[in-house]
Amino acid sequence: MEADTETQVLFERPQAMQPVRMHYCPGCTHGIVHRLLAEVMDEFDLVERSVGVAPVGCAVFAYEYFTCDMLEAAHGRAPAMATGVKRVRPDLFVFAYQGDGDLASIGIAETIHAAARGENISIIFINNAVFGMTGGQMAPTTLPGMRTSTTPEGRDLKLAGNPMRVCELLAALDGPAYLARVAVTNPRRVREAKRAIRRAFQAQLDELGFSLVEVLSTCPTRWGMPPLDALKWLDDNMVPYYPIKEFVVAEGLAEAE
Amino acid sequence: MTLARGERMLMRGNEAIGQAALDAGCRAYFGYPITPQNQIPDYMAAHMPEVGGVFLQAESEVAAINMVYGAAAAGVRTMTTSSSPGISLMQEGISYIAQSEVPCVIVNIMRGGSGLGNIAPAQSDYFQAVKGGGHGDYRTLVFAAWSVQELYDLTREAFDIADRYRSPVMVLGDALLGQMMEPIVLPEEVVDPDALPPKPWATDGAKGRPRRIVNSLYIEPLDLERMNRQLQARYDEAAEREVRCATEHLEDAKLALVAYGTAARVGISAIEQARAAGIPAGLFRPISLYPFPNRELARVAEQVDAILVAEMSLGQLVEDVRLAVDGSCPVHLYGRPGGVVPTPAEVVEQIERVMADTRG
Repeated sequence: MEADTETQVLFERPQAMQPVRMHYCPGCTHGIVHRLLAEVMDEFDLVERSVGVAPVGCAVFAYEYFTCDMLEAAHGRAPAMATGVKRVRPDLFVFAYQGDGDLASIGIAETIHAAARGENISIIFINNAVFGMTGGQMAPTTLPGMRTSTTPEGRDLKLAGNPMRVCELLAALDGPAYLARVAVTNPRRVREAKRAIRRAFQAQLDELGFSLVEVLSTCPTRWGMPPLDALKWLDDNMVPYYPIKEFVVAEGLAEAE
Repeated sequence: MTLARGERMLMRGNEAIGQAALDAGCRAYFGYPITPQNQIPDYMAAHMPEVGGVFLQAESEVAAINMVYGAAAAGVRTMTTSSSPGISLMQEGISYIAQSEVPCVIVNIMRGGSGLGNIAPAQSDYFQAVKGGGHGDYRTLVFAAWSVQELYDLTREAFDIADRYRSPVMVLGDALLGQMMEPIVLPEEVVDPDALPPKPWATDGAKGRPRRIVNSLYIEPLDLERMNRQLQARYDEAAEREVRCATEHLEDAKLALVAYGTAARVGISAIEQARAAGIPAGLFRPISLYPFPNRELARVAEQVDAILVAEMSLGQLVEDVRLAVDGSCPVHLYGRPGGVVPTPAEVVEQIERVMADTRG
């Protein structure tokens, strides 16, 4: 056996991540997305000049998991709070991390207006089609026919209305510099998701405007499925309804890649 | 813009508020249009860029207060202004800001309520202002002006008080005070925001220091109770140091009229008319509404035969007056809600009624 002096670190905790145990349920994909976000923060060397905004929802404790300065927003208000920080300190890197209830239901006005202004912030948007924290109620992104605790017979579009496609909605505006929908259901998709987060962050660093990455995510607990089944269910059911693609890529950003 | 500092000049109340903020080193303003305070955002839009600050018209009062939350958390002196229905929309954010110990200044140019109400001068947001307003165990420190000069002075000082107590501070005016023009003298010296003491809690990038978190979530009840008590300790300290009130003609008074803001403006005219008619009435004017001048008013209550509360609302201020007086003299109410400004003659009539009751 060779001596240890030749060993090399191939994989470690990103500097941007706190060395703490997360509270997420087994099989939940929040942890993967946290890790991708932290890796990208490290790669851009952003920890010392970042302010992150945590949401209300399952990621409410996100402020515990990153080593940068963090704010905890009221439900849905993260884009407004991030706007406040960014406007007074444009030299800081400002991101928000929000779920579908937070961003697309109670906070849709703040989301749309931050995007319309071209606010130079980055949002990571977790779409798992359900209110996880409160017990599995219908979200704006709950699929037609999908059972939740408030749509026990499945989402009836006549009663509960239609799901919202957030990226498509925001793509109608002139403000966004980068909009993409990704998933984290297999290693290839995880790599693509990281690339999207990189491009979103690059958009802010290049001062191109609003950037958002929607991450299709699983909620095995509230979906009532084992984690592997949940990944397959997402690919089979959510991806057809919520196409994975880049919706907006600002011209300057495309050149930077 | 060149202002004739140190000299008497004519200024509108709403504009004096804007200038006071700029002079206090406020470098971020977020607001949403609502009558009767629209001259404030107009003023800030015109003049904030001159000092290199941020003006942003938010998409709603809900967004505005959360922009304030973010900007103030980053350590910058920040203000928003609105009027009654808009202040209702901000209550969620004010609760979060208070619990997160973030200083900011909020101005409410009150109008008639409830609901859409009207745009006339009123004081119907007293309870909302001084009892918390949003959910939870917090208070907002509240100061009420009765003139354009005092709107300037209190707004300017509100930034110091907010920083001192790490708390939202509210300045109350009304449609009359906001809209009217009066002589005002602006001080020569203004605050340089770069010369203010550092804020060792501000989330402005963890460069060479441990990260900071601005948060109102304390999932363990004992932790939250500790935070609630910490806020209460600050309010107790403010009750020792920040109580403001003014008196007129109280030395020989048998009746004390208690009123703040525009109601006190009417009240002082009424007292002068009553005195001309031989009635020894005086004015007690709370300026800090929270903390309330309890001790000062209790002393007055021991001296007079009766207290008359004149408020442009229907029985709000009178509750705090009764708590302060604690039964040591009769307390009567003359309340005019709905955007009605009582005339001095109407208040004199009430003074005469109370004096007659008291003698009887």
